[in-house]
Amino acid sequence: MIDLKGYGPQLAEGAVVTIELALLSLLLALFLGLTGAAAKLSASRVARGVATTYTTIVRGVPDLVMMLLFYYGGQVLVNGISDLLYEHYEIDWFFQFDPFISGVLTIGLIFGAYMAETFRGAFLAVEAGQIEAARAYGFTRWHTFRRVMAPQMMRHALPGIGNNWQVLLKTTALVSIIGLTDMVRVAEEAAKAERSPFLFFIPVAAVYLALTAVTELFIKWLDRRANVGVVQGEG
Amino acid sequence: MPDFITAWLDQNDVFTTMTMLEYWNGLVQTVQLVFLSLIIGLLVAVPLAILRTNRRWWVSGPVWVYTYLFRGTPLLIQLYIIYYGLAQIPGIQETFWWSIFREPFYPALLAFTLNTAAYTTEIFRGAIAATPQGEIEAAKAYGMSWFLRLRRIVLPSAARRAVQAYSNEVIFMLHASAIASVVTIVDLTGAARNIYSRFYAPFEAFIGVALIYMALTFLLVFAFRKLENHLLRHQRPAGG
Repeated sequence: MIDLKGYGPQLAEGAVVTIELALLSLLLALFLGLTGAAAKLSASRVARGVATTYTTIVRGVPDLVMMLLFYYGGQVLVNGISDLLYEHYEIDWFFQFDPFISGVLTIGLIFGAYMAETFRGAFLAVEAGQIEAARAYGFTRWHTFRRVMAPQMMRHALPGIGNNWQVLLKTTALVSIIGLTDMVRVAEEAAKAERSPFLFFIPVAAVYLALTAVTELFIKWLDRRANVGVVQGEG
Repeated sequence: MPDFITAWLDQNDVFTTMTMLEYWNGLVQTVQLVFLSLIIGLLVAVPLAILRTNRRWWVSGPVWVYTYLFRGTPLLIQLYIIYYGLAQIPGIQETFWWSIFREPFYPALLAFTLNTAAYTTEIFRGAIAATPQGEIEAAKAYGMSWFLRLRRIVLPSAARRAVQAYSNEVIFMLHASAIASVVTIVDLTGAARNIYSRFYAPFEAFIGVALIYMALTFLLVFAFRKLENHLLRHQRPAGG
């Protein structure tokens, strides 16, 4: 392992935190994205309204502001609930709202909105005849989703998911601002202490580049699998 | 400010005249930072995009490396490298550049400009590459030089194709500028952080600033829609 004036192991730990944060946020984003897409395509006006409000707010507000709101506001909210529980029910419950949780919640929520758009487009790209055929075979809604919609829409969703993931990965750097010791935070502290910013930030930037490059290959592989059996037009 | 607004504001705990002024100053900083970096970024990006579409690899290659590096790493890291790194350049503290880069505004402006220029270059590259071959052939047949062709045919039509993606980049830049507050610039987010720490009122401070950002975003979306309508007027179906 490269030593980097003794900060090497700490930076490596920070990189692991970054990866964990990114993967958990992605999971939340995919879940919210599917839910959001289902709401946007549903017949219920309320569901459509809620989903549209959600995506509009996310698009209008900077990610950092949302993160600060969740981190500082989340703690105030938890404190309030904690006081309330103690006063009325004498339940002694407290919960420290840490930067990691706020980061996952914020990034998941933000990218959930973008994923919702991706999934919505992908669902619409599946031929209506496929759904009709599934219904004619007596598939339940869940069954139709799992066996007919999901495999076919994945092909259309994957490029969008890949793009969102690349942006998501870079957004995780922001969580260092609210105090998470990810690799950006470690690098910042090391750079200040050692007065050599290039030595610490350039390796961190390289890790981001490497992570995007590796995941790009993975997405390409997934894309090939999702496109099995699709005859592509030759350009 | 009119008296009745001042009177109303003074009844509030958090949103007093003073905090409103702080938000206003933050807004001015944010708008300056975003506007300047976008304008300079655009001016840099157009020539770079032309180089990027060049067939010779040693012309397009360096531009590709630049856009790849700046699009592949977080803006926060670019900001840190420039903000902390400029001070480390040997001898800079004796030159007149130091009087400029000592202020956090200029390193931030430099980082934002380089970042947005990288994204804008790629947007324009795509738009230039999508120019219909026939248009270029026709321009050649008219005897237009390379420069005239670029100026009269390629760039105007590329600008039309690029405007939608560019509007996304503008909004992205507005939102990304929030990180200027980490290098002690009191922009909108910086003002909100100050107000939060003074009153310990996270909801008022951050939801307040979120509403301002949303208003700015929708203003931009509206302006770009108008611009798009104007630029793409010839493509609208007749009689519609």
